[in-house]
Amino acid sequence: MDKTLPLTPPAPPTPSRWARLRESDLWHSFCAHPSAIFAAVLLALVALSAFLAPLITPQNPYDLAALELWNSEIPPIWQADGQWPYLLGTDTQGRDILSAVLYGSRISLIIGFASVLLALAVGLSLGLVAGYFGGWIDNVIMRVGDVLLSMPFILIAILITAIATASLPTGLKDVLAAPILIFAIAVPSWVQYARTVRASAMVEAKKEYVQAAKLIRVRSWRVMLHHILPNCLTPILVAATLNFGLAILSEATLSFLGVGMPPDQPSLGTLIRIGNQYLFSGLWWIVVFPSIQLCLIVLSVNMIGDWLRDALNPKLR
Amino acid sequence: MIAFLLKRTANAAFVMLAVALLAFVIFRFFGDPVEMMVNEQATLQDRIDLRERLGLNDGFVTQYTRFVTNAVQGDFGISYRNQQDVMVLIKERFPATFELVLVATVISLVVGIPAGVITAVYRDSRLANMLQLGSIIGVSLPSFVVGILLILAFSVSLGWLPAFGRGDTVDIGWWSTGLLTASGRAALVLPAISLSTFQVTLVMRLVRAEMLETLRADYIKFARARGVPTARVQWRHALRNCLMPVITLTGMQIGNLIAFALVTETVFQWPGMGMLFIQAVTFVDLPVMAAYLLIVSFIFVALNTLVDITYAWVDPRLRDDSARGNG
Repeated sequence: MDKTLPLTPPAPPTPSRWARLRESDLWHSFCAHPSAIFAAVLLALVALSAFLAPLITPQNPYDLAALELWNSEIPPIWQADGQWPYLLGTDTQGRDILSAVLYGSRISLIIGFASVLLALAVGLSLGLVAGYFGGWIDNVIMRVGDVLLSMPFILIAILITAIATASLPTGLKDVLAAPILIFAIAVPSWVQYARTVRASAMVEAKKEYVQAAKLIRVRSWRVMLHHILPNCLTPILVAATLNFGLAILSEATLSFLGVGMPPDQPSLGTLIRIGNQYLFSGLWWIVVFPSIQLCLIVLSVNMIGDWLRDALNPKLR
Repeated sequence: MIAFLLKRTANAAFVMLAVALLAFVIFRFFGDPVEMMVNEQATLQDRIDLRERLGLNDGFVTQYTRFVTNAVQGDFGISYRNQQDVMVLIKERFPATFELVLVATVISLVVGIPAGVITAVYRDSRLANMLQLGSIIGVSLPSFVVGILLILAFSVSLGWLPAFGRGDTVDIGWWSTGLLTASGRAALVLPAISLSTFQVTLVMRLVRAEMLETLRADYIKFARARGVPTARVQWRHALRNCLMPVITLTGMQIGNLIAFALVTETVFQWPGMGMLFIQAVTFVDLPVMAAYLLIVSFIFVALNTLVDITYAWVDPRLRDDSARGNG
């Protein structure tokens, strides 16, 4: 059913046409893949519950006044000592786990999304500039990229957060924790986008229509944005989806290691870090539920990414 | 070939110099080394003397050159936190990390290769689909979550395996190994499994893709036509041709595993380099951070370069045009 139409037309299409094609073609493929539908529904539910958290959770986990110490260490509701409304139990300070998980998911999703956006913005513009102009600027950008890729991803992110937090005054640390994380995750990930865009920009820049556009004095940024960029969006989209999962994982890892979100505004990683301390005291629910939520988010994002990669790959049709 | 060799080596050297510059900047400009080293009672004159003695008044290039020269000789300075030689600290911790990474790599090959072959050979069977689903779950599970769940299951609930530490170790020269004692081996099981989860799925996916391609080749059809048993064709003739990329991947991933071991080491309180690094991060112990960054990047870059060179040696098409005549 979706095997007959070519995905992208041979000539560089206008954005609106591209968008229309993508919609119809992808939609068919989407309907044919139950795993993609499952993942999309799961992700939508997680995102919805995370952003509606203030409306649906029994308490605000950040509001210290709402925490009651005598409500601490309650197990999940299906166990003998479980109590309404603490569906998934409470931690040692009387914080409702379900509320903490939903608020934490919100932080994790926002940081993951923002870092992908930042990496995209930096990677696309640097890649376009490098591929279009070439010469020394290309050399500088790509060499910086080489150096970044020659260090393990997680190491760069840890170093950036560690140095940023160490050089900030105490008051600013917690306020800036999220922006620092976004930056730290974006720095090692822009290179991939830049390389992809650079490769197609180099090919396109030699073509006659670009030469013609130059002759009639279309501005360089206009040629780059309107003619070259749309030609390389497909691989970028796939990479960005898979990197969204990776960004959420990285944020969780950093927070788990103690260089991420502080305990008073916990992301899922921070919650797992906190719960990890009670591993041996039988309070398993403090660590297990944030872990499950984190896995569900990353799993659904990866499943969508995998499906997208296959659906957009012309060789696999 | 020689031209290619020189070019790749020069490239690696450039990258390492850039990483060294980064490490140097971290070491030198975030926090004042003098303030970190003197005690509260030091007079202004003491500080000025120390500054002069450490050579912090020299020019940027002189200091950077000295930093690189020292690093090449294995001198990364003195740890701010416990006043010990950084290289001694790292040398103490290196065997623990190395053994963890080694065992995790072995697990990833022993589990990943058969799983990959099965998913390729029995495509669309129930077992293959289960393994495929397992692989995408494996990619999505953060390694620290795997570690925590393993501890919950096998240490807290069942009490079969230790949850932290390295067990008893035996010293062979400066190398302390946990592989020779029963408690050392027991302590290694859970951390190695948790570190290898991601790697297993990576190997499995690669083997599957390679096998699917190889099974379509003519020599496979010919082997079957000749009457070679199917299993023998699949596991010997076909699999052998898929192993080269697996070896490459394993080689290139060792650097990543060493870096990721720091997460596993934190979960299991494993006394390796990664724990040292995380502790250094908590205490802003800059010389240790700089040394760890340099050493891990060096292993990473060296392995990548080695893999590239091996590939060019095996396959002359990958060499540069200029080097083609010599191949």
